[in-house]
Amino acid sequence: MTTRRGFLLALGSIAAGDALAQLPPNIAALRQAALDEGVRKVTGGAQVRPGKVKLDIPPLIDNGNTVPLTVTVESPMTEADHVKAIHVFTEKNPQPFVIGAHLGPRAGRAKLATRARIADTGKVIAIAEMSDGSFWSDTVSVVVTLSACLEDGLI
Amino acid sequence: MRIALAILAFLLLTAEIPLAERRSGYEFMGRETRAMQDDDTTNPALLWVLDGEALFKSNCSSCHADLKGVAARYPKAGVSLDQKINHALKSKFAYESRELLALTAYVAKQSKGMPIEMEWNEANRPFLERGRATFFRRQGQLNLACAQCHDDNWGKQLAGSVIPQAHPTGYPIYRLEWQGLGSVQRRFRNCLIGVRAEPYAYGAPEYVELEMYLMWRARGMKLETPAVRP
Amino acid sequence: MAARVVVNVPATAKRGEVIEIRTLAGHEMETGFRRTDRGVLIPRDIITRFVCTYNGVEVFSADLHPAMAANPLISFTTIATESGTLEFKWTGDNGYSATQSAAINVT
Repeated sequence: MTTRRGFLLALGSIAAGDALAQLPPNIAALRQAALDEGVRKVTGGAQVRPGKVKLDIPPLIDNGNTVPLTVTVESPMTEADHVKAIHVFTEKNPQPFVIGAHLGPRAGRAKLATRARIADTGKVIAIAEMSDGSFWSDTVSVVVTLSACLEDGLI
Repeated sequence: MRIALAILAFLLLTAEIPLAERRSGYEFMGRETRAMQDDDTTNPALLWVLDGEALFKSNCSSCHADLKGVAARYPKAGVSLDQKINHALKSKFAYESRELLALTAYVAKQSKGMPIEMEWNEANRPFLERGRATFFRRQGQLNLACAQCHDDNWGKQLAGSVIPQAHPTGYPIYRLEWQGLGSVQRRFRNCLIGVRAEPYAYGAPEYVELEMYLMWRARGMKLETPAVRP
Repeated sequence: MAARVVVNVPATAKRGEVIEIRTLAGHEMETGFRRTDRGVLIPRDIITRFVCTYNGVEVFSADLHPAMAANPLISFTTIATESGTLEFKWTGDNGYSATQSAAINVT
C-alpha cells in the first residue's frame, strides 16, 4: 500500500529533478526515431516492402502485457530461397524491438508465434529478411485496453 | 404489507443473477486469451502447475495420491484451499508465495471440469452470511458494493474492460495484468483498491468468507483452474 | 525455486514432416522501465537469447528484448530429419541460464 509518507517521498524524488520519471514533451518524435533506428539495425538501411509477411495479432487487445502474435511468411524454405530472420517491432514501447528470430531451410515453414508487451494503441510491424537480401513486412494497427482494477506497488 | 412490498422491491433491484444466466469470466474474454487458457502446452500457468507437481511429490504424496475433487468443495467452514494446504504443511509457505500458488494450482487443476459444490449448510452458514454481507456492503471512497458491478452491471464496460460476473471458477489464475499466477485474495485486493477501500491482509477471514459466498453463487459451474484472465 | 522451462515436441514424426515446437520459460522479463511506489527504478532482468539445436546443429535461435511478455512463449517449426535429441537453451541477464531437451523418434 502506498503510505502517505511513501507517496510524499516519491513526489520528492520527482521534484528533486528525476527527469527520467517524466515523459519528454516530444515523445511521439522520439518513439518514431527509436522505431526507425531499430528497423535500420536489422535492415542496414535496405528498403522494406509490404507483402509476403502475415502478422496475426488481435486488433483489440485484452491486456497489453501479454499479446499473442503469429508471423507467417510466404517462402518455399529451400536452400536457395528461404526466410533468414523474422523481426517484430512495436511503435509505442520505450524500446520497440520485441524479438528477432533466426531460421533457415530446416524450419520447413516460416512461422513464429510468441507473446509481446504492447504499451499502447498503435502499430505492430513484422519484418522478414529473405535469403536474397530483400526485406518484406506486414503492419497491423492494434487497440490496447487496460484492466479496470489494478493493484498498488509498481508505477 | 407496504413494508413487505418495499422489501420485495429492494430485493428485485439488487437481484442475484439467475442460475441460467451465469457466465464464467472466460466468456467475456477475447478469442486469443481464451485460446491461451485452453491450450495446455502454452497456458503460462503450466509453469506453476509443474512446480506444484514437484512440490506435491516431495511434500504431500506420502499421505495423498491425489486430491481430485477437493478444490470443488473449498473453501470449507472458513478455510480456503491454500490455507488448508499450508496448514497441512505446518504453514511452511507465505501467502501468495510461488510455492503455495504452485501447490494450490496443481491441486485445483485435478478438479478441472468438475462442478463447484458449495452447500449452504450449518457448518458453512455463518461464513456464507458474512460473505454475502461483504458482497452487498458499500465500501471505499467510491462507496461501491461488489454487487453493484458484478450483479447489476455485468456485461457492461468499465473503461476498456467488460465487467464479469465475478465467479471464482479458475483460481489461482494467470492474470495477464499480473504477468503471473495469483490467488482470489490478490484479485479481491485489486477490486478493493479499485473502489479505493483499504484491502484486508492476506488470509483475513473477510476474504475467505467472500470467496465462500462467491463459490456458493457459482455452485454447479465448472472449475477451470488454471484459468487465464486479462 | 529453480528456473522452470517447458518444451513441447512431438515424440514421434515421419521423416520430412514439419513439426511444431512450443517452448515456455518461467521468467519475469523485468523491463528496466518500471519503478517501485517510491520511484526507484527496477533494473532490467530479462532472457536475451534462445537457441534450439537438433542433434547438435542449430536450427533456430532468437534474440529477446524487454518487449517480450513475461514467461516468454516461443513457438517455431523444424523438419523432422532423423531420430535424436533437440536441445533448448535460454540465457539472459544476471547469469540466467536454463536448458531442456526432448527426444524425437523419426520413422
